[in-house]
This record gives sequence, C-alpha cells and structure tokens, in this order.
Amino acid sequence: MTDSPITRVARATPPGMARQVRGLSDRAIAWIFVAPTIFLLLAVNIFPLIWTIRLSFTNFKANRNRPVEWIGTRNYERILTDSDIWLSMQATAHFLFWTIFFQVLIGFTLAWLINRKFKGNDLWTTIIVLPMMLSPAVVGNFWTFLYQPQIGLFNYVISFFTGVDPSSFQMIGDVNLAPWAIVIVDTWMWTPFVMLICLAGLRSIPEYIYEAAEIDRASKWRQFWTITVPMVLPFLMLAVLFRGIENFKMFDLVVQLTGGGPGSVTEVTSINLKREAFEKWRTGYASAYAIILFVTVFGLASIYVKALNKVKER
Amino acid sequence: MSAWSITEPTSRQKWIAGILVVLYAVITIIPLIWIVATGFKSPADAISYPPKVLFEPTLEGYVNLFTTRTRQTEEYLAANPPQTWYEEIVRQYDMVIAGPSRYGERFVNSVIIGFGSTFLSVFLGTLAAYAFSRFKVPLSDDLLFFILSTRMMPPIAVAIPIFLMFRTLGLSDTHLGMILLYTAVNISLAVWLLKGFMDEIPREYEEAALIDGYTRFQAFRKVVLPQATTGIVATAIFCLIFSWNEYAFAVLLTSGTAQTAPPFIPTIIGVGGQDWPAVAAGATLFLLPVLVFTVFLRKHLLRGITFGAVRK
Repeated sequence: MTDSPITRVARATPPGMARQVRGLSDRAIAWIFVAPTIFLLLAVNIFPLIWTIRLSFTNFKANRNRPVEWIGTRNYERILTDSDIWLSMQATAHFLFWTIFFQVLIGFTLAWLINRKFKGNDLWTTIIVLPMMLSPAVVGNFWTFLYQPQIGLFNYVISFFTGVDPSSFQMIGDVNLAPWAIVIVDTWMWTPFVMLICLAGLRSIPEYIYEAAEIDRASKWRQFWTITVPMVLPFLMLAVLFRGIENFKMFDLVVQLTGGGPGSVTEVTSINLKREAFEKWRTGYASAYAIILFVTVFGLASIYVKALNKVKER
Repeated sequence: MSAWSITEPTSRQKWIAGILVVLYAVITIIPLIWIVATGFKSPADAISYPPKVLFEPTLEGYVNLFTTRTRQTEEYLAANPPQTWYEEIVRQYDMVIAGPSRYGERFVNSVIIGFGSTFLSVFLGTLAAYAFSRFKVPLSDDLLFFILSTRMMPPIAVAIPIFLMFRTLGLSDTHLGMILLYTAVNISLAVWLLKGFMDEIPREYEEAALIDGYTRFQAFRKVVLPQATTGIVATAIFCLIFSWNEYAFAVLLTSGTAQTAPPFIPTIIGVGGQDWPAVAAGATLFLLPVLVFTVFLRKHLLRGITFGAVRK
C-alpha cells in the first residue's frame, strides 16, 4: 500500500518539517499512542458517569419533555428507604454468595484433579471451558427449555435419579426454586473460569517445595494444607473478585432465565434498575440507584483488594 | 518427562482424577449437545415426553429459522405445488413461505459490529499498550487503574446516559454507535492483555533497530508488531467473543437496524410460544463460531484468560 495516510502525510510535509516529525520525541509518541484510548474512555465511560451523577439529583424523565427540577438528595433518600430495593439487594446477595461458593468448591476441585496430569487432560479441560465462552443470553434462553416441567431435560434427569414426578416441580415458576435455577446455570457457565485460574495457581507452585516436604516426611494431607492451599489462595481470591464483580452486574442470564420472577424473587439489582430506568422511565431516580450500585461495587472491591494484597505479602 | 519423581501422582490417582474430570465434562456438555440436537428435531419430537435422545433428523428448525410462513387456502395450495425441498417441509402444516426472516440480518449485524469493534479496540489497544509498556507515561499507574475501573460499572448504570447521548447524536440503533460502545468496553481488557505481551518482548530488539537508524514508528511497526502477533491475535479473539455475546447494551440501545443476534434469538416464536427447534437452530449457528474458535485456539485463549486475570 503506497497511499497509506502516513505516506500521504509524509509527502505533503515540507522537508524541513519532516526531520522534526522523524525525530518526534518519545514523549510525544507516548501521548499520541495513549490519547485515542483515553479520549474514548472519557467519552463513553467517564462523561456518562458524570452525567449520571448530575441526573441523580433531578427528577428528569427521559420520555417526557417537562422542565427538569433539582431535587437535591431526595432520590437517594427514597432509594435507601425503599423496601423493594432492599429485597433486590437480598436477591443479589443470595445469588452472589451461592454462585461463588459452588464455583470455588467445584472449580478448585477440578483444577486439583486436572493437575494430576492424567492422559488427555488438555482435551477435557477444553470441553469443560466451553460454556463460559458462549452468549449468556442465548444459552440462558435455552435453559428455560431444559427447565420446562414435564418435557424439559433437567426435570427428566432429576426425576430419573430421584423418582420425583417431573411435572411436580417448576424450577422457574416456583418461588423457592427460581433462585436456585439461576445459581445452577451460572455455576455451570462460570465454574471453568475459577478452575482455570486455580490451575494457573497450582502450576505456579515449584515442584521442589513438594520434594522438600516429601524428604521431611510430611503427609500428603499436611502438604495440601500447608503448601497447596496457601499458595493457590491469592489466585483463588482473584477469581472470586472477578466473579464477584461480574455477578454483581449480572443481567443477561437472569433476564433470559427468569426475567426477575416469579413475582420479584430473582429480581437482582440490574434488573430492578433496568425496570426503573427503561420501563418506568424514572431517569433521575434510576441514576441515583446506579450511582449507589457503583459505589457499592467499588467500595467492596477496594476493601477486598486490600485484603488480597495482605494475603499476597505473606 | 523425568523418569520418576517422588511428587509424580501414582497411576491409580491419575485414573481416579481422570474419571472424575471426564464425568464432569460429560455432564457439562450435555446442555450444549441438547441445543444442537433440538435444532434438528421436529416440533413434536422437541416437546415429547420422555425427552427423545434418538429421533429422525429434519431441517424444519432451520427452515423456520430463516423464513416467515403464512397459512393458505386449500385452493391456493392445490394450485401451487411446492417447488423446493424447504417449501415441501413447510407444506406439511398447510403453510407457504412468505419471505425471509430477520435472522440473517441480525447475524450480519453481529458480524459487522463484532469485527468492527474488535478491529478498533485491538488497534487502539496496541498503541496504548506499547506506550504504557515502553515509555514513562506520567501517572501511568493511575491511568491503568482508571482503565480497569471502567469495568466495574454495571452496564445498565452507564446505559442511561449513553442512551440519552446516542439519542442526541443520532447514534441510537446504528452500527457505528454500537461499534464505538463495544470498543470502549473492550479496550480496557485489550490494553491490559497487550501490555503484558509487549512487556515480554525484549527492549534490546528495538534499541538495536533505533541504532540502525529506524525511527520509533518504524521500530514499532517493523520490530515490535511482528513479535507481538500472537498476543494481538489472542486479544482480538477475546474482544470478538465479548462483542459477539454482549446482550445488555444491545437490548437497550438497538431495536431495528443495528440489532444483533443475542437479543433476537430469544424472540423467535412459533405457534403457541417459542419455536424451540428454530431457537435451537439459531443458537447453534450463533454459538458454533465461538465453539470452533475455542477448540482450535485453546492454547492462546486459556493463556489469555488466566494471564489477564492473574496480572491484574
């Protein structure tokens, strides 16, 4: 390609100036290289965030054309005293706690087993990883089919092993089961992520530590608790951090699986927020809600990262 | 492998570990196999009880996925015998094909937006990563943290002002708007991953090139870029998979022209609810590229996942 923008600029530039451009200082190049990224992030992330903060102090409604009033912190007061929002915080907490619990338990166990280096572990690892690569919305939608009472595969398998009538329970329609329906699918999808990170942790432990422990005649059990667990812990905590942030934001999977229902038992904060912002069109109120969520994630993540750094230092 | 080491698991341990992992892998892949299988079932087979493992495969789901159909009078049906195999399939239900469905368009939108945003984020990300890796950018630690913190925001939280902004700028429901948005979301991960790959390339190569009279730009293009190809490819696949799978922004900010496949597939309906074979067919076609990528490029992908996470 002879006519690339660079050559065109070069041709159009007078010779004297060309020398200057050739000798563009490293500092200038650094800025030219970083600037587009920073600009894009400012335009699509920071500017909207500041706008959200502004909106959160108003009673703006995006579908009306009425004059906007400043109402101070009234949105925030209303949100923090709204019992619906506390219910959806509880639904989120339930979802977060149990998904992380199962993913850590199963993910670590799998990584530990794969690290026994049996034949073909590479192939099986790839198969286990497949679900996390797929679109949560599309897969979540298909899970509603698997969860159908009577005809669904999930119900059939459960009834095959337990003898319960497959049409006697509805994973999605039942108030008690629906929260577990989303926990199951999320665990199915994201356990491989925790597994991969644990595997990286296990593989980072140098062989000679175990050899030294063998020579000291430490039991396998003792080796597991005094070498394996402490050395994998920082990795595991990182995996938990990522899953925590992602699941706090969880939207697509839950929307497709239960849509927040039945009633509002699985209405996690993202869905609740979407209702306020794009169905009830309470833009100002929803903005305040969004800020509260962001501050919560940011605050919890910062505390967690401090704890993580302490563990790493040990 | 060394002949024998005291830390090597015994062969019995390997067997037990292998069996347990294979068992988990088989359970985990059943839902995916079920999606592919349902795509080839007739509607009656799809909803039979007990669920059918063996069935007569049909392309009905795929025909329904790509077409819209209407009911016709008996005289019309008698006067116009079916011309093609797909018309014959539809004729079983006394229907005729009325036209193509929107699935094709939605799929193409996913391709345009996916590749567009991937190209842009990898291009900008490579430049930024090089700068962060090689030069002393003032406040570079803060900038990197800033880039990272943008990932903590729930998509819905940013969606409100972006919705308003796009409405003002005329970007709502356009390919360009979605490309810019996905680029902004992806770029933080792209910079992080690429900086790691760039850090691994020895500085000596460029320094030698600079001494040979290359400018910084030339050294970057002719020395660093070829070395970083593997990392760039791995990063590109990550960005592509994210844009391909994204749902929240797509469902809120697009409705017609620029809608991608993920918000569309769950809306495929037939007579009395979702047309499961058609949904499964649409899902199969949509998930297939990612499955193929994952299997063939697993080394890069797996490295990228752990690497991206562990470095942070």
